[in-house]
Amino acid sequence: MNHLPLIIKREYLNKVRNKSFIVMTFLSPIIMIALIAVVAYLSQMSNDKQRTISIVDETGLVGDVFESSEYTTYTLLDNLPFDAAKELVKGNNNFGLLYIKKSADTTKLVERINFYSDESPSLSIISGLERHIEKRLSDVKLQNEGVDIEQIRASKTRVNIAQETFEGEKTSKIDSYLKLAFGGAAGYLLFMFIIIYGNMIMRSVIEEKTSRIIEIIISSVKPIQLMMGKIIGTSLAGVTQFVIWIILGGVLLSVVSAIFGVDLMQIQSPQQEMINQAMTASDAQNMAQELITGFINLPILNLCVAFLFFFIGGYLLYSSLYAAIGAAVDNETDTQQFMMPIIMPLVLAVYVGVFTVIEDPHGTVSTVFSFIPFTSPVVMLMRIPFGVPIWQQLLSFAILVCTFVFTVWFAAKIYRVGILMYGKKPTYKELFKWLKY
Amino acid sequence: MNNLLVANSVSKSFGDFKALNNVSIEVAKGSIFGLLGPNGAGKTTLIRIINQITMPDAGEILLDGAPLKPHNIRDIGYLPEERGLYKSMKVGEQAIYLAQLKGLTKQEAKDRLKYWFDKLDIGDWWNKKIQELSKGQAQKIQFIVTVLHRPKLLIFDEPFSGFDPINASLIKDEILQLRDEGATVIFSTHRMESVEELCDHIALIHKSNKVLDGKLTDVKRQFKTNTFEVGLQSSNPEEVTRLIKEQFEVFPATFRNLSDDVKMNIKLPQNTSPNDLLSFLTSKAEIHHFVEVIPSANDIFIQTVKNN
Repeated sequence: MNHLPLIIKREYLNKVRNKSFIVMTFLSPIIMIALIAVVAYLSQMSNDKQRTISIVDETGLVGDVFESSEYTTYTLLDNLPFDAAKELVKGNNNFGLLYIKKSADTTKLVERINFYSDESPSLSIISGLERHIEKRLSDVKLQNEGVDIEQIRASKTRVNIAQETFEGEKTSKIDSYLKLAFGGAAGYLLFMFIIIYGNMIMRSVIEEKTSRIIEIIISSVKPIQLMMGKIIGTSLAGVTQFVIWIILGGVLLSVVSAIFGVDLMQIQSPQQEMINQAMTASDAQNMAQELITGFINLPILNLCVAFLFFFIGGYLLYSSLYAAIGAAVDNETDTQQFMMPIIMPLVLAVYVGVFTVIEDPHGTVSTVFSFIPFTSPVVMLMRIPFGVPIWQQLLSFAILVCTFVFTVWFAAKIYRVGILMYGKKPTYKELFKWLKY
Repeated sequence: MNNLLVANSVSKSFGDFKALNNVSIEVAKGSIFGLLGPNGAGKTTLIRIINQITMPDAGEILLDGAPLKPHNIRDIGYLPEERGLYKSMKVGEQAIYLAQLKGLTKQEAKDRLKYWFDKLDIGDWWNKKIQELSKGQAQKIQFIVTVLHRPKLLIFDEPFSGFDPINASLIKDEILQLRDEGATVIFSTHRMESVEELCDHIALIHKSNKVLDGKLTDVKRQFKTNTFEVGLQSSNPEEVTRLIKEQFEVFPATFRNLSDDVKMNIKLPQNTSPNDLLSFLTSKAEIHHFVEVIPSANDIFIQTVKNN
């Protein structure tokens, strides 16, 4: 008798109807978006504040480098003595006063610049001011040495190495970033999914034990059916939750940005403002172009197929272990000792992915870890955007499937014995003994 | 073929611990079979083997003459001692789910549940969650779920625990009715008075071995000690007592009746019949009370366990 669909249905409905699950599903994206909105709103508030910075430049060298921008206005106070300037600034309720004292020696000038203000200025304001002054002063120095600034400007070169594979496929730095982003997102998604829903499976097994229904169920279905039903049912609930999160998140994000009239994706800080100013329009266009070609160049089909398979394989591998742990213990506090061996390879996989794959996606470490079954799903998913030979993917997946079959067998053994064991906290030695029952 | 279930020299070990050692039982069709034994004797292991929850290391279980197969779970209804239900699930939904796992269709399950809910007068529980019910109420649901698919073999492990006397007797009557309708019942309990009341046949498992097996009446016959409870009236009780004590082995007796002067248990030697005792007593005093002492299931249990 195949009860699997029945069990899956129950597990799924039970999870999906659970109040805290529903609350989590709908509240999480709302909270996330609300947070983003608040942050965006606040940063806009602080940006909105008009500041006027007055400048007294006794040297006459620096004063004209400051260009007023949307949020900051620079006023040059000509030939006003320091004290008078200070009074004026205070009286006008200006943000601050930049005072550059006269000095015969331009090299000493550096030590004679002061900024006075009511509140201490933010780091970005000061470093902005400093950058402007530094540039002008070094220009002045160069000019004093008799160097033509225009020549130096003209000599500035930007290098952008055009990359191409032997097959003639063009790649670029942006490509690499894009690959990293895709691989990283896929790997991280799997990692999160395993942690969240693996735990959910474990808890639901423990719940069956503590509510003592397990023996009633087990007299009707095979333990392995119950276990697989639980894993699949919970995973489907998880996928449902994820999809709702993504849809709801997207909708909310667009709603919020429409209401607030804020382009949330482009929260600009003063620094970014300067960077953006530095980047010319053609640069931006180039970048967009490269992004698009980079995206097209990604092995999309391979990525999707591999994502599906490695995601399912990796998830089942880990969730069967979670189910076994749930079966072995009586309550959640006892799970700690068994969690370590599960979390360790997962964390290791993410570390390898983040530190090694980025450096060298086809190096020995990355390659080896993309074959070891407990790390392969995450590491392989991160590697695939960089182009992994199909045979490697197949081999890795084959190893993963073999291991998966083994862990399910192993988990089912522990599950079978464990679900009927009450009252004692099992040790690893005992778990090993259970395999022989 | 008169036996519904036969266990042939079933053995099971957990690591070094031998939970069952060569245990054989035969459960006759339409009988109530008491599976007795102290805690940890191996009863639950045997029951789990019958339910195919655990597999025996050696031996076999025959149901209706054929070895147990996975599909036989439909033929068995099992109420475990450690029992519970999904706390956050609704009563009706849960009962339907459990019935479906036993092979009923949704509609069959609904119809039969309606019958049982009406019978036990709990129709208004249908949409309640289990956590809103009391322990005894949840037990009723468990009982219904156990019998709902009309199995040939019902296994009850401590079915009355958690019930008040009214509900316990209600459930007892239901069990008897199911038996009369043709079901065979294996009944495991520590309550000897319900064994006395219900069981036709008992087996006692102690330290993984079967130490006693047979019809309850046969077992009692086997354990009887040829002892009689006697109440006499006489003008000279001391003299009568002395005379009896000279002739027979005597124990004090504690039964209640109307003002007897002499009360005692008299144990007869193997070949002496109660008639001999009666004629002896008639000549000495007036007999008001004369009953054979039949060992209770409780006595048999304690005696067997102590002797092993």
